[in-house]
Amino acid sequence: MKFKFKALSLSVLSVFAVAAHANTVKVDGSSTVFPVTEAVAEDFQKANKQYKVTVGVSGTGGGFKKFCRGETDVSNASRPILKAEMDECAKNGVQYIELPVAYDALTVVVNPKNTWAKSMTVEELKKAWEPAAQGKIMRWNQINPSFPDAPLALFGAGSDSGTFDYFTEAIVGKAKSSRGDYTASEDDNILVQGVARNVNALGYFGFAYYAEHKDKLKGVAISYKGRPPVEPLEANVLNATYEPLSRPIFIYVNNKSMDRPEVRAFAEYYMKNGARLAKEVKYVPLPAKAYEYNLNALAKRQVGTKMGGENKVGLTIDQLMKMEAK
Amino acid sequence: MNTEKPSPPSARLDAAAIAELIRTGKRKELVFAILGVFCLAIAILTLTAAFLSLLLDGWSRIRPEFFVNFPSRRAAEAGILSAWVGSFMVLIVTMVAAVPLGVGAAIYLEEYGQKGGWIKDVIEINVTNLAGVPSIIYGLLALGLFVYYFKFGQSVLSAGLTLALLILPIVIVATREALRSVPVHIREAAYGVGATRWQMVSQHLVPYSAGGILTGIIIGLARAIGETAPVITIGALTFIAFLPPSPISTEPPFLNFDWLFSPFTVLPIQMFNWVSRPDSSFHASAAGAGLVLLAMCLAMNALAIYIRYQVRKKIKW
Repeated sequence: MKFKFKALSLSVLSVFAVAAHANTVKVDGSSTVFPVTEAVAEDFQKANKQYKVTVGVSGTGGGFKKFCRGETDVSNASRPILKAEMDECAKNGVQYIELPVAYDALTVVVNPKNTWAKSMTVEELKKAWEPAAQGKIMRWNQINPSFPDAPLALFGAGSDSGTFDYFTEAIVGKAKSSRGDYTASEDDNILVQGVARNVNALGYFGFAYYAEHKDKLKGVAISYKGRPPVEPLEANVLNATYEPLSRPIFIYVNNKSMDRPEVRAFAEYYMKNGARLAKEVKYVPLPAKAYEYNLNALAKRQVGTKMGGENKVGLTIDQLMKMEAK
Repeated sequence: MNTEKPSPPSARLDAAAIAELIRTGKRKELVFAILGVFCLAIAILTLTAAFLSLLLDGWSRIRPEFFVNFPSRRAAEAGILSAWVGSFMVLIVTMVAAVPLGVGAAIYLEEYGQKGGWIKDVIEINVTNLAGVPSIIYGLLALGLFVYYFKFGQSVLSAGLTLALLILPIVIVATREALRSVPVHIREAAYGVGATRWQMVSQHLVPYSAGGILTGIIIGLARAIGETAPVITIGALTFIAFLPPSPISTEPPFLNFDWLFSPFTVLPIQMFNWVSRPDSSFHASAAGAGLVLLAMCLAMNALAIYIRYQVRKKIKW
């Protein structure tokens, strides 16, 4: 009898629980996308008091795991959905609408007192960061003979971060392929401090960190495929010349969840206010037409990914909009 | 006794040698005392330095708004309302689950378990080992058991039960120590006037050791409040700008348990999120949240000491 009562009370509790969460949008995923989604969630809830939004941070991969099990409504992703994740979603019958929401750019930085490295080529960066450089490339003049004979102090993202994956893919040519003898941290603030204190430092991290600490750091212009060097400026990210270190970041919306008014309202609010809010949290927003394009994709329920299940380096938003979803 | 027995050769030392022996002894004592003070100084200084740096960075944030505002993208407006309420609710669940289980288990092990019985041995070994298991392992267990199997979801209930498991060994060990500190003659006196074992336990043993038991519980809870890893594993959120539904309402049935199934965040997670922001004004918010967390921990430990003092005062043997 007692056990029956317990089971009964538990099921009653669960019914309450379901009722309590009925108007909540659940978001989870990448920590890179988090600041943008957080800003949107904050304003969305102020504008729509009847709806609630929760945002978790379990990484792009962790986010997709939950998303493809149908546990979340929206997934934050700092890279496109991968083949294995597409299969997992398909297995559970989860369809999704892919929406690029902002640009994430990486910045290569040096100390403000560094007079020599105003610009660097991708090849030079590769020379400094590839696995073969470990224990060998220890001085600046080994990267480029015109640089001074000074020790090279490297600062970069730790191997668990999406920044590390993207930098290695864009510079070295293979994700997660990097030398190991550098000061690594998942906390970009530590890297900022390290570069700011060491004249011979060379480091990389997210554009937002560089934008916040411009007074203590100097951004290096990047020359890609023999083109003239491009400064790490918002305008250059927007006009897609800051290659290969900028990429779009995404949210994925569960197509079934879109039937619920709160999820639909949240996704639309995201697209209408994303540009302003992304800028406010120091991300580079997409051009206005991209958000319009996304709103259209939401209205038409355009499911699937355009990215073919792989990480693409140097993809511009114009190219992205022209591609067909699969 | 034969007092005229010649003393052994070692005792037949002259005065100078004895004085030297005493000097060596005292020197060693001094060295140890200095070493002890040194160790203490390192421990205290580290804590003080950490506390001072938190205080310097975070004091500007300790304003009433900080406690009643939800997290925000603007550092100046960001508060810890959802975080401290979440921490508090999780702790309530932890306490309700861990206290009866822990105290009950300890009483069984101390008073009822057959001395030398293999069941008791197995339980004892496991309890001791559990105390050393990394907290993330509890998180993984809880993810499978509470979140998915029992379908409690990523809720206050799951988190509270997880932390309850985590502090169970602490509560059990502290309770056993407290029970053991009650003198044997109290038990024998109780049996002597015809008390059953249960009467002895409930009317004498538990009241007399209540101070020690409460101390153990509070130290356990103070550990639970700072835990991050298992709570992240079971899916605590980072941004949440609403509170769990209130447990008390003005309409019948007056009590509701929706809050148990509500999504939540806790103070250490909020702190971690702020520390990893590019905008350095969030670091002040993180330090402020750290101060609140530290203050909660210190307050709980102070409460433990106070309760122990009060209970000891009442015991008249």
